Amino acid sequence: MKHLFSCLKRFRLDCILAPLFKLLEASLELITPLIVALIVDEGIAKGNKTFIVLMCLVLVGMALVGCAISVTGQFFAARAAVGCSAELRTRLFQKLQSFSFSQIDEMGTSTMITRMTSDVNQVQTGVNQTLRLFLRSPFIVFGAMAMAFTVDAKVALVFVAVIPLLAIAVYSVMGAGIPLYKKVQAKLDAVFLSVRENLAGVRVIRAFSLEKKEREGFQKNNSELERAQLRAGRVSALTGPITYILVNLAIIGLLYLSAGQVEDGILLNGDVIALYSYLAQILVELVKLANLIVTMTKAVSCQQRLGKVLDMEGEPSVLEPTLTNGHADGAAVRFEHVSFAYAGGGNALSDITFMARQGETIGIIGGTGAGKSTLVSLLPRFYAATQGRVLLKGRDVRGVPYEELRARVGIVPQKAVLFEGTIRSNLLWGNENATDEELMEAVRLAQAEDVVTSKGGLDAPVEQEGKNLSGGQRQRLTIARALVKKPEILILDDSASALDYATDARLRVALRTLDSTVFIVSQRAASVMHSDLIIVLEGGKAVAMGRHEELLKSCNIYREIYATQFRDAEEERA
Amino acid sequence: MKRIKRHPEGTLRGIFNYLKPYRLHIACTVVCAALYVAATLVIPYLAGLAIDCMMGVGNIDYPRLYALFIAMGACTALAALSQWLMSLSNNYIAYRVLADIRRDAFFKLGVLPLKYLDGRAYGKTASVIITDAEQFSDGLLLGFTQLFTGSATILGVLIILFVMRWEIALCVLLLTPLSLFVARFISSHTYPLFKKQAAARAEQTGYIDEAIGNLKVVKAFSHEEKSEETFQTLNENLRSASLRAIFYSSITNPATRVVNNIVYAVVALVGAFLVISTAGAALPFTVGNLSSALSYATQYTKPFNEITEVITEFQNALACAARLFSLIGEEEQPSDEGNIELANVKGEVKLADVSFSYEKEKPLIEHLNVLAPAGKRVAIVGPTGCGKTTLINLLMRFYDVDGGCISVDGKDVRDVTRASLRKHYGMVLQETWLKKATVRENLLMGNPSATEEEMIAAARAAHAHGFISRLPEGYDTVIGDEGALSQGQRQLLCIARIMLCRPPMLILDEATSSIDTRTEMRVQDAFSKLMEGRTCFVVAHRLSTIENADIILVMKAGTIIEQGTHKELLEKNGFYAELYKAQFVG
Repeated sequence: MKHLFSCLKRFRLDCILAPLFKLLEASLELITPLIVALIVDEGIAKGNKTFIVLMCLVLVGMALVGCAISVTGQFFAARAAVGCSAELRTRLFQKLQSFSFSQIDEMGTSTMITRMTSDVNQVQTGVNQTLRLFLRSPFIVFGAMAMAFTVDAKVALVFVAVIPLLAIAVYSVMGAGIPLYKKVQAKLDAVFLSVRENLAGVRVIRAFSLEKKEREGFQKNNSELERAQLRAGRVSALTGPITYILVNLAIIGLLYLSAGQVEDGILLNGDVIALYSYLAQILVELVKLANLIVTMTKAVSCQQRLGKVLDMEGEPSVLEPTLTNGHADGAAVRFEHVSFAYAGGGNALSDITFMARQGETIGIIGGTGAGKSTLVSLLPRFYAATQGRVLLKGRDVRGVPYEELRARVGIVPQKAVLFEGTIRSNLLWGNENATDEELMEAVRLAQAEDVVTSKGGLDAPVEQEGKNLSGGQRQRLTIARALVKKPEILILDDSASALDYATDARLRVALRTLDSTVFIVSQRAASVMHSDLIIVLEGGKAVAMGRHEELLKSCNIYREIYATQFRDAEEERA
Repeated sequence: MKRIKRHPEGTLRGIFNYLKPYRLHIACTVVCAALYVAATLVIPYLAGLAIDCMMGVGNIDYPRLYALFIAMGACTALAALSQWLMSLSNNYIAYRVLADIRRDAFFKLGVLPLKYLDGRAYGKTASVIITDAEQFSDGLLLGFTQLFTGSATILGVLIILFVMRWEIALCVLLLTPLSLFVARFISSHTYPLFKKQAAARAEQTGYIDEAIGNLKVVKAFSHEEKSEETFQTLNENLRSASLRAIFYSSITNPATRVVNNIVYAVVALVGAFLVISTAGAALPFTVGNLSSALSYATQYTKPFNEITEVITEFQNALACAARLFSLIGEEEQPSDEGNIELANVKGEVKLADVSFSYEKEKPLIEHLNVLAPAGKRVAIVGPTGCGKTTLINLLMRFYDVDGGCISVDGKDVRDVTRASLRKHYGMVLQETWLKKATVRENLLMGNPSATEEEMIAAARAAHAHGFISRLPEGYDTVIGDEGALSQGQRQLLCIARIMLCRPPMLILDEATSSIDTRTEMRVQDAFSKLMEGRTCFVVAHRLSTIENADIILVMKAGTIIEQGTHKELLEKNGFYAELYKAQFVG
């Protein structure tokens, strides 16, 4: 709850005023029975018609004032709830953005998105209702009790007896309900997964004629969900009858005690009506409260889900460097006995050591799952090495703040993603102060000039995730985006896969004109064969390093890779 | 919203059909609602009588009082019991109907033509089955609870009031429509605000999807601050839109309550005058009566309050139901009924004069003729959008041809059952899809009866055994559609899956596109063994993988422009030769 409260802090005034106004309104409601008692005891008993009319006008006036007060209260409640959820979203967004890559992997993007959207909405509804009603209900209950005491202390004892019982009843029903509703939510997740899988995997499912099996699987989840809902419903269904019985027993008790008091001349008829009305009011409030409990239960469980995210520690900008000083020896990049393991996995990289000078091109080649992308992701410290050190110009990257690190290292990720906006707005990600000439230069280097021209210039619109561009077009623009940065180190993580061989070759020629140290990750021998250093990875280990010619002689794996891709070309040329 | 206005009867009839099996439960609900309302209405009346037993100092009619207490206790028990039964019955109806509708909608997914499913974002269809169904059932539950008890209460109170004093009943009757009018006025003005809120929310959700979905890119470019700025703008828009919508709609309740309180005051006024004027008359309107009348006045107005609140909810539920029914009522793919089972397939596939297009205005494949003799390897080559994937859609009968005919062993594929046709094809696509289940379950998908040894052998042949063994729980590791496996590893799993079923015909659409060439080479051995004697359709980007094909079809814009073996095509020096040479530049 601490996050929720701290988000509400900015709306402290609203949070105080909203219930306050609702309480003011409620107190007007509490005065109503008193006025009716006056009408009976003063007006009717004495036949004073003017008094009756006057009192009824007071009732109407109170209704109008009550309405105005209530609307004001609703305004504050809405403002606090909406403001709080906006604040929650902002904090979540900030928190998620501060997550390290391993945290992102661990959590999964779909959960992050649902939490930011539907969970926050549930909490918003919960806060709004709570501010409006949840405080009001106990207030009416206790207020009714207090008012009853002003009428007659002895009879009012009935209230003292019944209120704790009501509290226990409501509390235990809610307590029993929360875990059941959580189960419902979990079952709903299973049903949702079933539906999503059947949509995304429709071709495979039909290809294997698994429709029937999937239907059975779905039905199982669906009935489990239904049973869970019925179970939760059964518990909630108790709230109404239990509170109803308790209050009505209290009414009987109250009437009995009142009878005694009237007999002794302590109470008047009108007073009994007032006392009775107070209990009736409690009943009405409890019915409202019962409806609120389901909303509350949901909001509480969603709030807990959000709390879990907000409690997580984002990654700090600077990590404690393993050793303070490194080799200040003109090496642009140096890996020293670097090993890395993903959370819960074995070593994805083991004992990698190499050095790259400024301006060199390093090729990284290897099989599926060899650790190529992992290796380059250690450079901008997307992941921190579990052992050994990665040095950038002699500094351990653990000690370099993120902002600096990522300004110096430009990466073209495997998945070519662009964002909604224009081509220009996407390219400016690299450097927001870049001039048009600089942008176009990067575009030319990335062999993307035809993309920009065909789409109608730098201001051509880009749809969400760049859906209006083909894979190859997106890839070239993501390369241009990294080039705009003019990075000290440029990493191309298998980012020419969608390009045809000719464009790929032209791109490599263009990249050679840069002074950046370039890392090329690829499965194509052609992409790396002209590098100053080629690292051949296999199962996370660097099995060989060297130049193309050397590797062809010394490294079986490299030779095989090369042969599988150039066999026929060699034959053709021969 | 608009939709219901167009087909409100259809939607209501649909809802009615789903409710039909639960007639008994509905009857139970109605009876319980009536009993509950009757009992709850009698109690204030009895309480009023009880108050009248207290006539003054030393003047209390105790025997009558006790009798009334017993009656009140009985009514309470009846009310509580019927309320409980009613809730259970309502829950049962609502959740059963929800489960039924979901089941039907889901089953529909299995028989809808792919054209429908491909035509819209999966998220939208999923949200119909999940969110819309949920909201519909919520609305139904609320509707049942409030509508029955609400209308029963209104009716009951009116009857009692008329019995008690027609003057008071008339006042109440005349004044209450006012609250409905107020509610209607407000809700008609807040509807556009809700629409604005929905739009702002959709925009923000879209942005969250993009920015959080690609968080790694955002972080790689240190773009967090900029992202947050954009997010903040959208967040602020949503905040102000929500505030308006929520605030203005929340006025409904106080506004209708003010009407109710006025009703209350009027009843008090009229009642008080009646007490005075009928004092000493044969049928006096007592103070106790007044107390009851006042309590009835609140009970009478309460359902109006609730119903006005429910109306918006219910409108929304109807809109959701309309979307569900339109999914459930969608036209199915042609039935398999009466079709023969394809058996003992040799694997001769013939496309005769086939025409097909996704949209009528854009012809794609026209008059295509292909003969794939049994056991031969057919490679399909061509630039993006030439119709390669479409051809696979037709072979697997994911789509039906518009003209011409596709036959397997001389049998028109439209005359055999889909299941038997597809069982004879093994398909590996570029877009791998794995179920959220263990590796084992995923591998056994096509052949659940395979033994453990067979499975491991297939995994070894596909070069997947190694990395599977390295997974935390080996073959029992749960994998899903998004997860730790690399694209290449996923493809290897899909290949192993096919190796386990050994169907007579294969379709390989860029089946090895994410696998490195060296692993591919090794898998190729196993592949070659698999392809031996099987009719294969191979689509590949890398031309090296298709050189050994018996026939290479070079497609461009839906037609075949060249056809022949690798050697023949190179000699021809046409489009294929051009494509082939391009990969070795540089």
